[in-house]
Amino acid sequence: MKTHDLIELLAQDAPPRKDFGAVFATAVALAVIAAGAVFFAGIGFRPDIAQAAETVRFLFKFVVTVSLAVSATVAVLRLSRPGVAMGGWSVALAAVPVLLGGAVVAELFAVPRDGWMTQLVGQNMRFCLTLIPLMAIGPLACLIVALRRGAPARPGLAGALAGLAAGGIAATFYASNCTDDSPLFVAAWYPLAILAVTAVGFISGRLFLRW
Amino acid sequence: MRAALAGDADAYRQFLISVTPYVRAVARHRCRIMGAPDSEAEDVVQEVLLAVHLKRDTWDQSRPIGPWIVAIVRNKLIDALRRRPRQASIPIDDVMDTLAQGEPETDLSAHEIDVLVGQLKTQQQAIVRSISINGASVRQTADRFHMSEGAVRVALHRALKTLADLYRKRTL
Repeated sequence: MKTHDLIELLAQDAPPRKDFGAVFATAVALAVIAAGAVFFAGIGFRPDIAQAAETVRFLFKFVVTVSLAVSATVAVLRLSRPGVAMGGWSVALAAVPVLLGGAVVAELFAVPRDGWMTQLVGQNMRFCLTLIPLMAIGPLACLIVALRRGAPARPGLAGALAGLAAGGIAATFYASNCTDDSPLFVAAWYPLAILAVTAVGFISGRLFLRW
Repeated sequence: MRAALAGDADAYRQFLISVTPYVRAVARHRCRIMGAPDSEAEDVVQEVLLAVHLKRDTWDQSRPIGPWIVAIVRNKLIDALRRRPRQASIPIDDVMDTLAQGEPETDLSAHEIDVLVGQLKTQQQAIVRSISINGASVRQTADRFHMSEGAVRVALHRALKTLADLYRKRTL
């Protein structure tokens, strides 16, 4: 086939296209709804949320999870558009663990040494490790489907970032249910749960996001 | 390209025609580095054009289009060339005469795509051939096959997506 003929073929297939950004934004909204649906149907807020909302530890959980969700979401959107640099977003993403690390250090000063283990182990480790991945499945699927329209230079990385974003969304919901607020607990178990989602994201990226 | 994204086929055709020389230059350069013949470069050009087409909505319209094209061409080119086996290159002296004559730039053909079109479903093949080789419009093609224009468009779009998949899965 002549290249000229191929161009003719492509030109004939030129209906108006929805911008990838709009598709992606819809997917993010659906991702939040999907996680929220599982959350409210399954576990819901913790009963003492009103009092908890006045404590720094409780609120700090959201600083971590929301910044993870937002920076990973923007990073994966940028990665999926050829020629768009990550900008400061990779720094923002890298800042999340640093933030959590800082909180851990502060907590180690605030809590006496013999309380460290109790804070770290907490009461909800098993829920944390199962519920976050469970609530992240829907969001991850939404993001991967939308990203198939994107053109990520590195499909595996894009999938992993989608996993981080989905994990961040799920963790944000979960944090409002979990009664373990210590940064020690958060640093020990949340990353483990989110990394599991990230691994699934990486594999789906390799499988579904090649173009 | 903005007009093209809004559905203006003529503007889009013009856009594709104007990027092709750039794609071709980069593809040939790469092929030479890798010791592949120029004939193979045109296969790569077509594969890249198909990718540009299928991923055109990833261009953020508030940004300049240049970096988008450069990046998409580079990404796809690396992929396309990596999949091809290294071929023994023919010494340039032997083909100098043929090269010197040259074909008109817009009239270059590639062969890989014909093989891939042959792997499409019968109806998609017929539609692709009708539009590309016979130069029929979607309208004329629809009349010819007693289909609605919409159905032809859908089939064409699916065929192009399938072609991109076939390129990706192809190991020569």
